[in-house]
Amino acid sequence: MGSLSRKHFLGLKETPADDIKKIIDTGFMFREVLDRPVKKVPSLTGMNIVNLFFENSTRTRMSFELAEKRLSADVINFSASSSSLKKGETLKDTVQNIHAMKMDAVVMRHSAPGSILQLTKFVDAIVINAGDGTHEHPTQAMLDMMSIHEKFGKLKGIKVAIVGDICHSRVALSNIYGLITMGAEVTLCGPPHLLPVGIEELGVNISYNIDEVIEWADVLNILRIQRERMGIGIIPSVREYRSSFGITQERINQHQKEIVIMHPGPMNRGVEIDSTIADGEQAIILDQVLNGVAVRMSILYLLLSQGEEKEA
Amino acid sequence: MKKEFQMNGKWLLANGNIYNPFLDETQQGSILLEDGIVKYLGKDNNIPKDANVIDCDSKMITVGFMDLHAHFREPGREDKETLETGSLAALAGGFTKVCVMPNTNPPLDSPESIRFIVEKASNLPIDIYPIGAITNGQKGQNLSEISEMINAGAVAISDDGVPVKNGQILRYALEYSKMCGITVINHSEDEDIRADGVMNESSMSTNLGLPGNPDYAESVMIFRDLSIAEFVDGKIHIPHVSTAKSVEVIKYFKDKGVNVTAEVSPHHLGLTENRLSEFDTNAKVAPPLRSEKDRLALIQGLKDGIIDCVATDHAPHTIEEKEADFIQAPFGMIGLESAFGITHTVMTNNGASTEDVVRWLTDAPMKIMNFKLKAFETGKKADITIIDPQEKWIFSKEHVHSRSKNSPMYNMEFTGRVITTISGNIGFGEIISS
Repeated sequence: MGSLSRKHFLGLKETPADDIKKIIDTGFMFREVLDRPVKKVPSLTGMNIVNLFFENSTRTRMSFELAEKRLSADVINFSASSSSLKKGETLKDTVQNIHAMKMDAVVMRHSAPGSILQLTKFVDAIVINAGDGTHEHPTQAMLDMMSIHEKFGKLKGIKVAIVGDICHSRVALSNIYGLITMGAEVTLCGPPHLLPVGIEELGVNISYNIDEVIEWADVLNILRIQRERMGIGIIPSVREYRSSFGITQERINQHQKEIVIMHPGPMNRGVEIDSTIADGEQAIILDQVLNGVAVRMSILYLLLSQGEEKEA
Repeated sequence: MKKEFQMNGKWLLANGNIYNPFLDETQQGSILLEDGIVKYLGKDNNIPKDANVIDCDSKMITVGFMDLHAHFREPGREDKETLETGSLAALAGGFTKVCVMPNTNPPLDSPESIRFIVEKASNLPIDIYPIGAITNGQKGQNLSEISEMINAGAVAISDDGVPVKNGQILRYALEYSKMCGITVINHSEDEDIRADGVMNESSMSTNLGLPGNPDYAESVMIFRDLSIAEFVDGKIHIPHVSTAKSVEVIKYFKDKGVNVTAEVSPHHLGLTENRLSEFDTNAKVAPPLRSEKDRLALIQGLKDGIIDCVATDHAPHTIEEKEADFIQAPFGMIGLESAFGITHTVMTNNGASTEDVVRWLTDAPMKIMNFKLKAFETGKKADITIIDPQEKWIFSKEHVHSRSKNSPMYNMEFTGRVITTISGNIGFGEIISS
């Protein structure tokens, strides 16, 4: 058992504030490591970690791999399109095969909500969720929170707006759970039919008016709008989405206020966010990427290292 | 553990409460069977010297149950269930008559395939009644040979889990089948509204990140189907009603005199969407487990007679299939072995009697299928289920005789248990003989 309250890192729904705080604090420690000339520490020497990606992901996978290597763990990458499961192999088979190789930890990305919980039943290893469909993506939410904390020195009372397609987002739920636990205020802003039923029961505000939300917010976390959803009856057009919810330069200029701009990537420049905003001074999008490596190092370290706390 | 046993020679079912669900009458007494035939029913407690005795003191002796909605997977998926293994599951649950749905591979959409089931089932201890497909290949386009199928032994028609999307085809089916006197069963779900939903749409689905299937996907389809049935004066049956709104819609049309009947599944009476909090694929079912409000409306609807009967929707799937992720795993759960236990527990807790529960499992479904309503007829084959209404028991895998084990109900405590099922000279149960 590591120095967090749970063996695995599956989601933020039930992760206590103490754990979140510890992950962020340790994250800043590793952030310093990443600024050194030699960016590697021996914390997880001898540990075997497999990155099990059943779904395409470039940045999350790279971020995990980098975090693992900078902690000196031995890393194996496994990519399988979900179609291999359709060919007949069950998730259990795939996972048990990999587990037979004596892994200490499994990092998994899978398209199906809940698959990460199933995984914990099939293996003894420590399990870390790298995104289970539209359910949770807790390491993304952790890096988002670390980035907000870096900017404001706290999370409590910070007004965070999550803008876009909440329904199909893999990052929204974890962000909501984490931010609410840490005492931030959260407003969701997007087309009404892309806000899932009963989401307000999680303690968030709902708005369909992006300009009011910009006035209110300290932080805008802008979600990717998938171009595939345009023009198939869900989102009328790029033009209409931009005029209703797009974070355009004009819109930001009108508000004359300091606001922190975040985006989990990959971005659709010119759709949900203008290039000038994404590359502008208010954006911390690239800090998010670096914090992603640091916070994943933090989580792996806290879960896997035979740390001082355990010996004490 | 229950098992099959031969009941050749004389068997006395001694001193029970003999309940005739068709007349809603109970009498104290014994039933004597000889080589699987009912010889005597009455108060005479003289035990023939050469008789085996099943002590039925404080037990209810009633008619074997009928399930009008089960999936026995034969032909095509015999790895999940066969007519034979399905029969054992039925007997274990108190059922002696089972209607099997046509979603086999190939589907039961021709007189030849109906005859296959009838012939294959002829040597089995229970009576199996095939339901034929409404359309060829369950494709929703061309009516199948309905009349020929009925002549071959089909008792109703349904495209099973595939809703007849084209309302005009459903109209034709309802009109055409009038000449056969059978009922049309349509899976009531608007597939466009359901979309990729895998559970009830609610704050629960939002919390789990799972695509939702809203309650109105069912009720709007029921409204359409019953409007058609009203117009053509057809006979229609609504399977596995799962929502409060659907109960309202059925009541509306029943009050107008439309010839509609409806069933509810034991799992919709006993379980809610909360069962999915751990992503248990064994609780993934179509229609999905709904909210507590829906569950209570179904219980009330059954008590009020808006819903006519209980049917299991017994849907066996292999462990491997159910070990897939929640999106990929198939819909459905087994139900024959747990049906009486959970239904009796839930319904008696909500003011119904054991007799009510028995009627929902005998009289009501048999009426829907136009079966002869006779109980314990002297000189006829024994068709009997013995129940202990008081016994508390924990449902577990050892109670399951189906080839598949996909149930979310293990470890639930039930009140009321089927002790022994008798179909002709085949008994099934723990023999309590003296």
